[in-house]
Amino acid sequence: MSIRERLSGNEAIAVAMKQINPDVMGAFPITPSTEIPQYFSAYVDNGEVDTEFIAVESEHSAMSTCIGAQAAGARAISATSSCGLIYMAEMLYVAASDRLPITLAVSCRALSGPININNDHSDAMSVRDSGWLMLFAETNQEAYDNYLQAMRIGEAVSLPIMICQDGFITSHAIENIELVEDDKVKAFVGEYQPQHYLLKKDSAMAVGAYATPVYYMESKRQQAQAMLDAKDVIRQVAKEFAEMTGREYGLIEKYRMEDAEEAIVIIGSSAGTAKAAIEQLRAQGRKVGLVKIRSFRPFPAEDLAEALKDVKSFAVMDKSDSFNAHCGPLFAETAAALYAAGVTGPKGISYIYGLGGRDVRVESICKVFDDLLEISRTGDVGDTYRYLDVRE
Amino acid sequence: MKDMVEIRWHGRGGQGAKTASLLLADAAFNTGKYVQGFPEYGPERMGAPITAYNRISTQRCTVHSNIYFPDYVVVVDETLLSAVDVTAGLKEDGAIVINSPKTPDQLRPLLKGYTGKVCSIDAGKISVEELGKNFPNTPMLAAIVKVSGVVDAEEFVKDMEASFHHKFASKPQVIEGNMRCLKRSMQEVQVG
Repeated sequence: MSIRERLSGNEAIAVAMKQINPDVMGAFPITPSTEIPQYFSAYVDNGEVDTEFIAVESEHSAMSTCIGAQAAGARAISATSSCGLIYMAEMLYVAASDRLPITLAVSCRALSGPININNDHSDAMSVRDSGWLMLFAETNQEAYDNYLQAMRIGEAVSLPIMICQDGFITSHAIENIELVEDDKVKAFVGEYQPQHYLLKKDSAMAVGAYATPVYYMESKRQQAQAMLDAKDVIRQVAKEFAEMTGREYGLIEKYRMEDAEEAIVIIGSSAGTAKAAIEQLRAQGRKVGLVKIRSFRPFPAEDLAEALKDVKSFAVMDKSDSFNAHCGPLFAETAAALYAAGVTGPKGISYIYGLGGRDVRVESICKVFDDLLEISRTGDVGDTYRYLDVRE
Repeated sequence: MKDMVEIRWHGRGGQGAKTASLLLADAAFNTGKYVQGFPEYGPERMGAPITAYNRISTQRCTVHSNIYFPDYVVVVDETLLSAVDVTAGLKEDGAIVINSPKTPDQLRPLLKGYTGKVCSIDAGKISVEELGKNFPNTPMLAAIVKVSGVVDAEEFVKDMEASFHHKFASKPQVIEGNMRCLKRSMQEVQVG
């Protein structure tokens, strides 16, 4: 029987870490890091885990610590948020290109300035090309479930993985959650058994070597292949997870898309708010639905194109802006996914929303669907680059 | 109880409004409900107005926004009545519970024409008499439970006793005082 609990998203991640009992946590122990290392350090102190907790002076060093530990053959974890994540950026690329399956919990928050501590996706989106796998959660439950699946996915393709949730909105809110029993978690996650690692004494290796132009590109091509391979791995691990818990996950989640004429594409906690908006509009006879991105890296291009091919219009919701005078990052990749699949019928717009904790209400999402209905009716897409709920 | 009850808390930083909202979530969770308990985060300063929220429901609520049309409002600090629009969006069939020595009739004129139930409880006095210190959040929690009925009163008292025994394991002398706070508040809350 699963364990009925109520936890914040940060607590839920710390519990998952405790159940897994990894070898090393490298973490910057104060803000902008999350409460996660704080909760986890209590488990270390109480002897509930035998993880080596290495408190360092910066996130750059936190990720460096994880790289050293994982290269040595250990399972390494960290947690961070906001400017802490971009302070890690240099080492994130090193972790990915060294093919070290480190697990990083991220409570997504805005970047300065103006100075702001609240939720948006600017931090995660700014490291989207670093070569990490990235899963996003709508709820505390999904953050926990994704974390339990993370190491299986990362270790299968030798890539590091970020488990992202929305700062404050889920990270600090208490909600119901179903926990998996400790022994089942341990059996599901298993032991880390890398093929090659630094402390394997009879098989010498180097990590982080220099690659001349003769080798560098082959190394990158292999990294790209690992990301391609990850799609099937994510589906397979989710299938096994569903057998254990009954909770099903894919690369995306489709909600009321069966006959939808207007749809939104969205990431994170606001998907839940949007579901309530969709139920309201459906009750009025509107044919509306949503596609939620769970796996942002690898990007679910084929699944998205398939999900959106029959709608009349769609809006892609970005909780960060690329400042390219054009559209948000999720819109750019969604549009590219449709074009690559030959899907050219639906009309799409980019909506920037929820920056710096701007509250996203049911009414906010209804407004987006009203805009889409207008586009469906008139065929006139209007301005494709829009900001939601903003004073201008 | 309705399928979903939404509650908004107004307090000042350091008074325990956030903690009270989390305790209410706990109490409702323990009776089998789905709960949300979350504060609105900003720059944290002692004494600055803060807002916290609860959703208590029979099905999981997927909405992750603040609450604009609450069924109930709890005001932990009476001085907020002139600083914050505490009845904004409050449903007329709901209620507002205010920490104040005044009667509901004395408070109603301060509430911008709100026509729903106005409830008052002198949480500060109860806390000082029973605990020797002004910790208004425990009596306020009991008052909102009594007024809203989101948790069965008897179950709530039993549940809180168990959680005080857990929380104050190292200082059992404060358990009785806290229990008296709860019970007195449930008896003394005035509904007008």
